[in-house]
Amino acid sequence: MEVPAELEKEIDERITHYPVSKRSAVLPVLHALQHHFGYISEEAVEWAARKLELEPIKVLEVVTFYPGFRQSAPGKYHIRVCRTLSCAMAGSAELMESLCKAAKIDRSGVTHHHPIAVGEDGRFSIEFAECLASCGTGPVCMVNDDFHEKVEDAETLLSKYRD
Amino acid sequence: MSDEGKPAVEMVDVQIDGEWHQFPKGTRMIEACRQVGKEVPHYCYHPKLTSPGNCRMCLVEMGMPPRPRPGEDPPEKDENGHLPISWIPRPVIACANTVAPNMGIRTDSDLTHACRQGVMELLLINHPLDCPICDQAGECRLQEFSVEHGNGGSRFREQKVKKPKNVDIGPRIRLDDERCIMCSRCIRFTDEVADDPVLGFTDRGSHTVLTVHPGQQLANNYSLNTVDICPVGALTSNDFRFQMRVWFLKEDKSICTSCGRGCNITIGSREDEVYRLTPRENNEVNSAWMCDHGRLNFHYLNSEMRLTDPLVRGAEGHETVAWGDAIQAAADALGRCEANEIALIASGRLTNEELFMARRLASVMKTEFVDIVPRSGEADDYLLAADRNPNTNGAKLVLGLDEPGQALKDIREGMAQGRIKALVVLQENLIDDAGFTAEELGKLDFILHTYPLANPTAETADVVLPGAAFSEKRGSMINLTGRLQRLNRATDGPGQTREVWEIVRDLIQALGGGNGIYLIEDVFKQMAGEIAEFEGLTLSKIGDLGVPLLETDEKIPLLERERERVAKGIIVG
Amino acid sequence: MAAIKYLAGKEPHPNEHRMIFRNVDREGWDPSIDTYLGEGGYEQLKKAVAMEPQAITDEVKKAGVRGRGGAGFPAGVKWGFIPPNNTKPVYLICNADESEPGTFKDRYIIHQDPHQLIEGMAIACFAVGAKLAYIYIREEFPEGAAILEKAIAEAHEKGFLGKGICGSDFDLEIYVHRGAGAYICGEETGLIESLEGKRPYPRIKPPYFPAAMGLYLCPTIVNNVETLCHVKHILDMGGEEYAKLGTPNNTGTRILCVSGDVQKPGYFEVQVGKVTLGEVINDMCGGLKPGRKIQAVIPGGSSAKVLRGDETFKIKKGGEDVELKLEDIPMDFDTLAACGSMAGSGGVIVIDDSRSISWVLNNINAFYAHESCGQCTPCREGSLWMKKITDRVVAGKAAPSDIDTLDAVARNIDGRTICAFGEACSWPTESFIQKFRDELVASTNPDLDEAIVNPETELAAAHLAR
Repeated sequence: MEVPAELEKEIDERITHYPVSKRSAVLPVLHALQHHFGYISEEAVEWAARKLELEPIKVLEVVTFYPGFRQSAPGKYHIRVCRTLSCAMAGSAELMESLCKAAKIDRSGVTHHHPIAVGEDGRFSIEFAECLASCGTGPVCMVNDDFHEKVEDAETLLSKYRD
Repeated sequence: MSDEGKPAVEMVDVQIDGEWHQFPKGTRMIEACRQVGKEVPHYCYHPKLTSPGNCRMCLVEMGMPPRPRPGEDPPEKDENGHLPISWIPRPVIACANTVAPNMGIRTDSDLTHACRQGVMELLLINHPLDCPICDQAGECRLQEFSVEHGNGGSRFREQKVKKPKNVDIGPRIRLDDERCIMCSRCIRFTDEVADDPVLGFTDRGSHTVLTVHPGQQLANNYSLNTVDICPVGALTSNDFRFQMRVWFLKEDKSICTSCGRGCNITIGSREDEVYRLTPRENNEVNSAWMCDHGRLNFHYLNSEMRLTDPLVRGAEGHETVAWGDAIQAAADALGRCEANEIALIASGRLTNEELFMARRLASVMKTEFVDIVPRSGEADDYLLAADRNPNTNGAKLVLGLDEPGQALKDIREGMAQGRIKALVVLQENLIDDAGFTAEELGKLDFILHTYPLANPTAETADVVLPGAAFSEKRGSMINLTGRLQRLNRATDGPGQTREVWEIVRDLIQALGGGNGIYLIEDVFKQMAGEIAEFEGLTLSKIGDLGVPLLETDEKIPLLERERERVAKGIIVG
Repeated sequence: MAAIKYLAGKEPHPNEHRMIFRNVDREGWDPSIDTYLGEGGYEQLKKAVAMEPQAITDEVKKAGVRGRGGAGFPAGVKWGFIPPNNTKPVYLICNADESEPGTFKDRYIIHQDPHQLIEGMAIACFAVGAKLAYIYIREEFPEGAAILEKAIAEAHEKGFLGKGICGSDFDLEIYVHRGAGAYICGEETGLIESLEGKRPYPRIKPPYFPAAMGLYLCPTIVNNVETLCHVKHILDMGGEEYAKLGTPNNTGTRILCVSGDVQKPGYFEVQVGKVTLGEVINDMCGGLKPGRKIQAVIPGGSSAKVLRGDETFKIKKGGEDVELKLEDIPMDFDTLAACGSMAGSGGVIVIDDSRSISWVLNNINAFYAHESCGQCTPCREGSLWMKKITDRVVAGKAAPSDIDTLDAVARNIDGRTICAFGEACSWPTESFIQKFRDELVASTNPDLDEAIVNPETELAAAHLAR
């Protein structure tokens, strides 16, 4: 794992936001690494630990706590479908199903420990997320950092990411 | 420690289960309850560690005087000066909260019982029912509190959460994550006491698992303490697991003899076999911990190499003889020597009583050549001391040695020059541990050697006697901080093994007549009569926790840090 | 001032009182500082730095504004908990971890009016003596985080942040800190642990009350986005004038977020207690779908106790006994509490009679089981157990007795945990069983009462039978 100088510079700047304790920068450092590499590898955990002068277990504890951090590579476009009540009432389960169908993703292997399913071609991956805080416009989902509300048609949504 | 000179601590009145008591301000509720015999069940709380309050087993009902509303009269005190108590409907944890003036605590109320029952049920739903094959059975808090506070049945109809089992997390410890109740004691120990933070929780919610970081190991020299403080069978000792059910173990209070610290221990044995050593709390010595090195240094006790009978060298090598014959053979040979023709090499592993008898023997044998074999290793910043003899201070005091090991050179010189013709070697293997050679020992007229194990020095000796090891004897030692502490006999040595003080007493008797010593108490009494430091003491007065005897400037790094945390209120101590 | 024009189709309802959301969906409005300054932006901060900090806190106390995050604790009182003899640094954290299901208000403030929040924060920091503040924003708002960082940079450039703010000797830095997808970070001590770079395990209180021992064990004020925005308006209007908005002890405006089975879900800023639940649902949200009746309403985010559509509530109001129908409940803190629920975060979820109650409860239980941090026993074990039971109820594999077990599990969590998540996860189950026991039991099968449903026991039984 090679952390480019540019990325490290960005990370170093982020760390300055926490003048009292470097450890506070764990989340921003991990976010920066995940943004660049797509997920948090074991090496990334070690790198972050070294950067912040922490025992690696203290970083791993954090990485595994948050669903926002992935420990395996997602697709090029990672979809998060809101599963929680208002979106569920608005049809998020159906949305998930149609998105999987349209993106050719098999979710049968999804478990608590492996919440993400990746399509065969690696273009799309998908998982359920808990409440994305747009309950009035469900069903909602995120594709990478893009937010989509009132998603009715899976194909229409995916077409924006077919390149 | 004495309380003299400390500022007076403010005392507060607290009602516990209807009775009023007084406690120093700042006392944790759980400790206050314990002090008056109201044990509050708990898992995560440990007085030596920070209190996360996570297990919720110590929930109790709590109350404070009612706060008058504006315009309302303040509540009136009763004839004893106590205000009425207004009980709070929400239970509180007793572990992290401190007592307050006029506080009420109920450890025996319906609410408290309901809380305990509820927590027990929740702790057990995902816990495997594998007590029959679990090594913790018999000393498992889940089992104990289940009996006291559990439901006796299960309403859980779901599949349990599956987690890693039989995980190798270090050279001496195994982890069963399904048994773990996530009390975090082990994590806190490694973080706060051992400064080796390799353990942590990963994942979250009910799926949380205790884990060691990939590629790392829980391998520090204090790792096995996590097994002791694990309230369930999640962490078990590779050395002890499956060796013996704990309820068969006889427990005897003693001290560790693997270094000069003298950590207080409990020896777990059954039918004269030692199965484990565990630390015993002593806040002047080892807190509640001990090092893995000392803890595991007992397997030689059960070795096939143990000497079991007195041996005397005959025409065809060593032959088994009766104790009386062996002692007589030794007395005959030693009795033929002139003054200063015998050297006495004793050991820093001997008790004060054994050393005292050795001192007597030296005087009976009229020799000035007396020493012990020093042994040292690297000290750590916790408990393990550089001096690996448990009783160097005892040897210095009783034998009058200024610098242990100093005379060994003279003795070897005397041997080489033929001035020293005989050696009495008590519990030391001179060839392996003191650099003596078989050749130089072979030149001597006579060697008497006591030791627990067959060894190269014994090969050269004329009389070889099975001397008892630490778990097989009573007596006292003085640790590096100058504390006088007691060993207790947990097991009988194999065969005809005898304690060194008995062997030496009989030898003295054979050399010079009676000495009026029948019991080890007699040895101590005579020692106290001759050596001022022991004056007024007896073996029983030493007690289970020892007494300070000598002034030293030895500091115990682990205790220094613990005291700092106590002073800051971070831990109870 | 000319009337504000809003985007077509997004006009506020006439019964709204737009203050915090004044610029949300506004035509020609953008989140830039120039636009904000064009309408009197940062004037209140300029005023504030010339005041005594205590005077600001007093105004906030007078205003009586109660925290909009869920607990409804008076903000001014919270500020007053900083120990008077404190010598440590003070920190302020804006809780923008908006994650209570049913709540979606902070998103719009952050996206469309970030400077309002920054100004409110700066005033609050000045009042409590904080020189360093963080906005803890949930990870799922990446755009919001970027907008806030841009806004902070703009404010810095104009001298509203940084050293010597508005010519005073007040220094302040605000940083944006992104979470990573954990509801528990909405709990203020969990948030603080997260900001310290640890697992967000909530702290025990006592001793860790944030106002005394918060971030880095220093006094720390944690306020919700909406609450901090109110600070600006309180300073503008004066505490007394602000307190005239809303109803006594339930002052000001608040943003209600309505979702679920209504014609037009959305957000509505109203004076607290000045509109009823019926008005919200029927007038503002266009009522239910044709032919549908209200089966249930969750009035303050998913952890608020559910109310039945056909329920009546006997409560005391002004010393008098009153009986309220669901639709008559005024949306304020005290009345909703008196009705056995809470105003919480303002997230109203409407559930019509087409919905299966067990399905709704199961969805909620799945949320809490997923979000339990796992630190303390009752919530860690109980939240997943409740979810597993309702999984079976939904699948038709539960017995009527399972409903009793479910209730018992919830009651073993409620009130016995480190943080309020215990209540958040147990109240839905408790209240759904209390209000909808018949509906839940109807989803069960009495034949299963004696049946072995635990797959492990099943295996063991099969083994014994051999």
